Amino acid sequence: MSVISLNIGLILAATLFSIGLTGVLIRRNIIFILMSVEIMLNAAGLAFVAGGARWGSPDGQVMFIFILAVAAAEVSVGLALVLLMFRKFGSLDADLIGKTGADRDAGEIT
Amino acid sequence: MNELLWLVPTLPLAGFLVLTLAGGRLSRNGIAVIGAGSVGLSALLSIMIGVSLINMPAAGRFYTQTLWTWMQAAGLRSDIALFLDPLSMVMIFVITVVGFLIHLYSVEYMREEEGYSRFFAWLNLFVFFMLVLVLADNFLLLYLGWEGVGLCSYLLIGFWYRDPANGYAARKAFIITRIGDVALAIGIFILYMNSGTLDIRFLMQQAPLHWKAGSGVITLIAFLLLGGAIGKSAQAPLHTWLPDAMAGPTPVSALIHAATMVTAGVYLIARTGPIFALSPAAQTAVAVTGAVTLLLAGFSALAQRDLKRVLAYSTISQLGYMFLALGVGAYPAAVFHLMTHAFFKALLFLCAGVVIASVGHNRDMFKMGGLRTHLPLVFTAFLVAAAALSALPLVTAGFYSKDLILWEVWSSPAGGVRLWAAGIGGAVITSIYTFRMVFLVFFGETGITPQHRPSMLINIPLVVLAAMSVLSALLMLPSGTGVSLFDSFTGTVLHASVAEKKDVPEFVFQILGASASVAGLVIAYILYLKKTVANRPESSGVAAFINRIAASGFGFDRLYNALLVRPFIRITTINRDDFIDLLYSGIGWYSELLNELLVRTQSGRIRWYAAAIACGAVLITALAVFG
Repeated sequence: MSVISLNIGLILAATLFSIGLTGVLIRRNIIFILMSVEIMLNAAGLAFVAGGARWGSPDGQVMFIFILAVAAAEVSVGLALVLLMFRKFGSLDADLIGKTGADRDAGEIT
Repeated sequence: MNELLWLVPTLPLAGFLVLTLAGGRLSRNGIAVIGAGSVGLSALLSIMIGVSLINMPAAGRFYTQTLWTWMQAAGLRSDIALFLDPLSMVMIFVITVVGFLIHLYSVEYMREEEGYSRFFAWLNLFVFFMLVLVLADNFLLLYLGWEGVGLCSYLLIGFWYRDPANGYAARKAFIITRIGDVALAIGIFILYMNSGTLDIRFLMQQAPLHWKAGSGVITLIAFLLLGGAIGKSAQAPLHTWLPDAMAGPTPVSALIHAATMVTAGVYLIARTGPIFALSPAAQTAVAVTGAVTLLLAGFSALAQRDLKRVLAYSTISQLGYMFLALGVGAYPAAVFHLMTHAFFKALLFLCAGVVIASVGHNRDMFKMGGLRTHLPLVFTAFLVAAAALSALPLVTAGFYSKDLILWEVWSSPAGGVRLWAAGIGGAVITSIYTFRMVFLVFFGETGITPQHRPSMLINIPLVVLAAMSVLSALLMLPSGTGVSLFDSFTGTVLHASVAEKKDVPEFVFQILGASASVAGLVIAYILYLKKTVANRPESSGVAAFINRIAASGFGFDRLYNALLVRPFIRITTINRDDFIDLLYSGIGWYSELLNELLVRTQSGRIRWYAAAIACGAVLITALAVFG
């Protein structure tokens, strides 16, 4: 197994992060936004792992486990919210929901 | 006894604090008890301290009480310290005793006014500051009192603040006296720069050693001190505020603008006598200022219709006498006249207050008349005070004090015939305008009939002050009689620097003074009691013109308006949008612009926020990596 240099790992992580960020910024569907956020999280995790491998330290992998746990929690809450939103607005368009949500009384969404 | 000196100013201060903090919750009686009581106690104390001071040996008749160090910086050290000597004793006696009587009078006189506690609070504060002024051990503390009384004067002139005219009068008094105050402040600075200390007693002892007589510095200092005195004591050319100050309640006029505050200038010059003794030019300026003022104000008093304005001009004129006496080095005479004047002028004002209140707050003397049968006690008191003011011979204190001044003016080397002539001429005029008042108000046909009679609380101060107006003469009878309690008491402080010629005996001047006073009385009798209104001099051509000029105070107000006030207002109107304003409106305009820009960023679109956060993160990372 050949050793992959740190640079390549970091470039991959940066590319993934950029893809994720672009997704967050340009997609309108909330599910895709959530998926993009996941990509960004994993990009960060990849950077940690690459760093850990470079210096032979387990910290990078420990950190990744943390990120994984956070991501799992985030997804479960996020998907639950998405479900509720769809029931409430009948759509998953983030801009549309933002607009109608702003027009409505904040207290109505329960 | 002397250790209690600190209580004398502290009691009125305590009264002020209580009335300010809790005045709204007290009943009118409570306010009166605290307001008058605090000054009453302090009057009692100062009388007891006075007695113990008289019993001390003449050489050691002073007492310093250092309470605490006020400020200390580099070479400057200023204590809150009280200094009592016969001169300040006379002053605190006048301030607390006359002050108490006027407080007592106000209890009844101001009964119906709103702002009852405000009135007493400020009056107490005034008494406090006045006591600080005369008891100050150093010039800095003196200046504190000096400004404090100016503040209280402003507040009390504008007591009825709902009328804009009163506010105007208050501001005028404040600003004009401020001109003098600035001169005084600069004088104190120069004094400190040249000597390195502000201790009054030390400075006065060292002055002859430290400065050469007639040197430039000492002359400058003396003139600046004189400037302060002129402003506070309403001498020409800064006298125009005092007649307008009559807008305040009458007790205020009696206390501040007749008996105490306006004599602060006289006190200052008497206190800094050694400095003036070193500067003949300033000394002469004091005398000339006094002589000019006493004549100017005397003529103006002759032409007034407003009872209180006559008294105001008369006060200016009598202060002119004191300045005249100071200018020729007759310090005891000046301070003695200060004291007698405080008694009889306060009494005149208090009587005038009763008269004005009883005829429906009308001040025009020509609408009054025949009041002697309606207000007999006030008439008697007013007559006693008027006799003292016009220096009717033998029975009045005013006669002895004024006579002493005139005699000293003649016999002092700094005086002379011309100053004396101004004084004796002023005496005739004083007598004329005084009895013009008496005849117009109390004799003749009844004008407006008075509605009510003064009560007991008002009568007591009148009677006491009337007695003092007569009996204070006993303190200093003419030199021949050997009775000169006042002179021997104050002799250690007030060195009569008069190298007396005494080529003319004093009784000649007494006869001349007495005849001047009686002549004035006779002239007033002929002009205002015998003749009908139509025959009076002011109703015909030239005389009417002169009368108009005198009535307007010789156009000083108009001159200042044309020369200073109106150009100033014009400049301010032109400069309304000056560059400083541009700066401030620019800040406002810029903030609005920025606000509009920032509002746009708050679009509520979450993805734009995310983009902004990402851009920010990239930017900061770039800065961290490449910066």
